[in-house]
Amino acid sequence: MIKVDSLTKKFGDFTAVDNISFSVAKGDIFAFLGPNGAGKTTTIKMLTTLLLPTSGKILVNGHNPSTDQDAVRHSFGIVFQDPSLDDELTTWENMEFHGVLYGVAKKIRRQRIEEMLKFVELWDRKDELVKKFSGGMKRRLEIARGLIHHPQILFLDEPTLGLDPQTRNHIWNYIKDLNQKEGMTVFFTTHYMEEADRAAKKVAIIDHGKIIALGSPNELKQRTNKESLEDAFLVLTGRIIRDESASGLDQLRSYRKAWGR
Amino acid sequence: MKVIYILWLRQIKRYLRSKARMIGSLGQPLLFLLALGFGFGPIYQKAGEGSYLQFLGPGVIAMAIIFTAIFTGIEIIWDRQFGFLKETLVAPASRFQIMIGRTMGGATVATLQGIIVFLMTLVVGFRPTDWLLLPLALVFMILIALVFTAFGTAIATMLQDMQAFPIIMNFLIMPIFFLSGALFPLESFPAPIVTATKINPLVYGVDGLRGALIQGAHLGLLTDFIVLSLITLGLLALGSYLFSKIEV
Repeated sequence: MIKVDSLTKKFGDFTAVDNISFSVAKGDIFAFLGPNGAGKTTTIKMLTTLLLPTSGKILVNGHNPSTDQDAVRHSFGIVFQDPSLDDELTTWENMEFHGVLYGVAKKIRRQRIEEMLKFVELWDRKDELVKKFSGGMKRRLEIARGLIHHPQILFLDEPTLGLDPQTRNHIWNYIKDLNQKEGMTVFFTTHYMEEADRAAKKVAIIDHGKIIALGSPNELKQRTNKESLEDAFLVLTGRIIRDESASGLDQLRSYRKAWGR
Repeated sequence: MKVIYILWLRQIKRYLRSKARMIGSLGQPLLFLLALGFGFGPIYQKAGEGSYLQFLGPGVIAMAIIFTAIFTGIEIIWDRQFGFLKETLVAPASRFQIMIGRTMGGATVATLQGIIVFLMTLVVGFRPTDWLLLPLALVFMILIALVFTAFGTAIATMLQDMQAFPIIMNFLIMPIFFLSGALFPLESFPAPIVTATKINPLVYGVDGLRGALIQGAHLGLLTDFIVLSLITLGLLALGSYLFSKIEV
């Protein structure tokens, strides 16, 4: 479903993704793990047509994201790491916008939007502006939105960040269900190792732009002689805490604060 | 078609929901209308040119439109910063449709602002010479709005954040506005500048608007119409190309 061959992305002198190769089979749940700044999001951006690779080959559902964007875009849904909702629109309008943009027929669209909003327990707030929502509510809405058009591949970039364990479980059960019933391939990143351990069939660990381990959660635990995936992860990536440069959004937020808006 | 509609609808909803922005962007044209209209009025009259308010009216309407249009175009930068742009970019919709949807949304908003300012000029004392030509005036308002929304959008696709915005404002938008004939006739400028203004799209917009409202067109309404339409098409094509090149 996804095939990546010696993929590299450089920003100036900095190599964010360094010659990585992996493949994800159809119907797999694939966890892409790594410390902050390891290159996870950059890789997802290249897979989802948002960034052009410096070199290397990618095939998503048999199509190349650099040249055949439209075919690739038809194949996947994505929940981004950072917020991507329109704050000035209501819950319903955000969902509707997405459904129309993805060409989901009206009847199915209405049905799915209702189903998804009830599922993430935002149905009774469907006419409220998103800007009034808490971080967790926005997150739930984004996940609901990403699932309106049942995609063949679902990309989740730290989807459960900031969610309580109840919601996290609830959402994972739904995703696993879709994976089993519709054969939806799932590609996700997370910092919750037990989440990866429970959900993923295959795990790749990336650090400093390179893939340093690839296998099932059990294989990684056996290889490192550890009980949990978290310990295995720490053995593989070391204990040094990484810095990530501030994103444009953080800078903008600080401007906003400075101007008292 | 539906994609264009939903993008258009989004802009309209955002516009209707931000009353502060709506009122705020009326302040500038109102100030120009009152301060310049009454300030320069007597001098203009003494120079034997007739009523300055009649001359200024179409100019101030054009002003309201281009500033609103550019701002709605530039909004893409906010979309980029607050993440919503990604949602649009990963969608399986053609970049041309996205460009058209956004441009039509922004242009509708800008035209609405133009209509409100037109009503304000009536209150202040501006009178169109032929009310039957109002639909034609509306056509020119829409064209100005389309050109500059597409222009703002095209520029915004190339910018990462708002830092470059003052530069664009001072070196691009302000010259376009002041050298458009909106506030004063351009004929008295040195010949090279008059020639240079021929590449300014707003010159044709203001001329067309003035032609429709007070029968004061210099370049000819047909010329104005054709030039503005061609520029709109050109900018839409350029914009969709630039859209396809955005990386986030």
